[in-house]
Amino acid sequence: MDKAILLIDFGSTFTKVTAVDLKNPKYFVTAKGPTTVQTDINLGLHEALAELERKIGHLPKFEKRLACSSAAGGLNMIAIGLVPELTLEAAKMAALGAGAKLQTLYSYKLTKREVTEIIALKPDIILLAGGTDGGNKDVILHNGVLLAQSTIECPIVVAGNKNAQDELEDIFIKTGKEFHIADNVLPSLNKLNVEPAREKIREVFLKNIIEAKGLKKAEEYIDGIIMPTPQAVLKAGQFLSENKILNGFDKLLIADIGGATTDVHSFCKGDPKGSGVIYRGLPQPHAKRTVEGDLGLRYSLIPLAEALTGANLLDYKKEQIDSLVEDILKDIWDTQSIREEFELALAKGAVNLAVKRHSGYLEIVYTPHGTNYIQYGKDLTDIDLVIGTGGPIVNSNNPKEILKGSLFESNDSLTLKPKNPQFVLDKGYVLSAIGLLGESYPEVARGLAESNFVFL
Amino acid sequence: MGNKAIVLGVIGADVHAVGNRILDYAFSQAGFEVINIGVLASQEEFIQAAVETGAVAILVSSLYGHGEIDCRGLREKCEEAGIGDIILYAGGNLVVGKQDWEPVKEKFLDMGFSRVYPPGTSPEESIEDLKRDLNIK
Repeated sequence: MDKAILLIDFGSTFTKVTAVDLKNPKYFVTAKGPTTVQTDINLGLHEALAELERKIGHLPKFEKRLACSSAAGGLNMIAIGLVPELTLEAAKMAALGAGAKLQTLYSYKLTKREVTEIIALKPDIILLAGGTDGGNKDVILHNGVLLAQSTIECPIVVAGNKNAQDELEDIFIKTGKEFHIADNVLPSLNKLNVEPAREKIREVFLKNIIEAKGLKKAEEYIDGIIMPTPQAVLKAGQFLSENKILNGFDKLLIADIGGATTDVHSFCKGDPKGSGVIYRGLPQPHAKRTVEGDLGLRYSLIPLAEALTGANLLDYKKEQIDSLVEDILKDIWDTQSIREEFELALAKGAVNLAVKRHSGYLEIVYTPHGTNYIQYGKDLTDIDLVIGTGGPIVNSNNPKEILKGSLFESNDSLTLKPKNPQFVLDKGYVLSAIGLLGESYPEVARGLAESNFVFL
Repeated sequence: MGNKAIVLGVIGADVHAVGNRILDYAFSQAGFEVINIGVLASQEEFIQAAVETGAVAILVSSLYGHGEIDCRGLREKCEEAGIGDIILYAGGNLVVGKQDWEPVKEKFLDMGFSRVYPPGTSPEESIEDLKRDLNIK
């Protein structure tokens, strides 16, 4: 490997590096070091590069060095909208798709108490939506005024009723608040438009957040941190789906299990199948991300165990569960588990619940003319591939069993989980690298993708 | 000029869609911005749509004869939602079986509807009424 591209993922715990050979993108090497954002982010990065050098035999000449980050708490956001099921839901989808961690959501007119809460939560960015274009103006203006007059210091991305933009601009300029205007996330009730807000959030992330989180120092060495890590994973999925890279399939589901959360990304339209099914609720984005903050295998282990016990997905007695959980929490850095069977059940259960929550579902309606169904969310029953990523799956000796948690269950037939997918493993743990490459080096991304994924 | 957004839908466990399409077309042609929430709509969905879009009227269709049960409480919910003064129309086959129209109409007017229409009403009639109620030509 003489010339290569270097992809870096500044994770919350580990800094992972991937070097992809420019001439032959199917050849890639990965390494990792600790994330040292508290001291100097470059320290951990150099440890990772040292390991890379050991593995390859030399350090290649890097034509480009691109990075994503979820370090220093990632991207914390608060979303505000009008009706919870409408503009607030759209704002939530915009924020999640931008790779954010949503601290909390607010609907209708903000109260003074809620503004105080927002200040205390110290979000990195606030997303302010509300009203379709030409629709309700009062609420977003009321909320804009309260935010403008508060002591909030973070940037505000405005993505609501376009007819309120001018007044909001004046209000924010008058009180010196940093704001950015994006197109309405819900310009009309049947049209979702989250991409402009997602891109605006990413711009603000690049300009402000990176500096604030001590990540700016890394820019001395690299060409740029270009997006939050979860957004890199979403973009990887979009790249794989749009270009039908994995055996020509385009309907994909990614299950990403981590220490703190399990993220699910789906890439498909998810329209109702069958004539007796009527779609209700917000239109769904083709690329959709949901995050389950209570389903992680280390930091969120206790809520995970609770959620799985409640759903009868852990075939263990309570005392056993408590003792195993205590064992794991004694040393959370221990990624080699001696409690394999339990960890497998936890991971499979996390996938099960996370996919269930992400999937659309049917509601039966009995009418004088027969049975009809209302569908909410995406129909994932015809998903082609379920791709597993994240430490717990990548390091498991039975990843296929874990991914089987994503399957449709006949005793819960109204939840539209995948019925007959093939299972794929992100063996090299390089999804975020593919997402970084997809934009400017699509051929390299393709080469990396073609050699990395393993059909289980 | 002015806001001409109106919410249109078929309420309750009712999937009749043809009349809904005809009304959508007729009101759109007449210059209204029709926000059609379709069939099987609940009271909440009418209200959510009206609040988010700042609509000036809600037009409720009901064709399977259970209109009274489905429409009861709608005006009160509008009040709760801050749109208590919104124009509410109801039409279609509002009750089961052959009943005198006048008592049915009174019942719906009492429930808070601004106008109530019997079966066979032409879209043009309600369009003219709406224009008058909104003071537009």
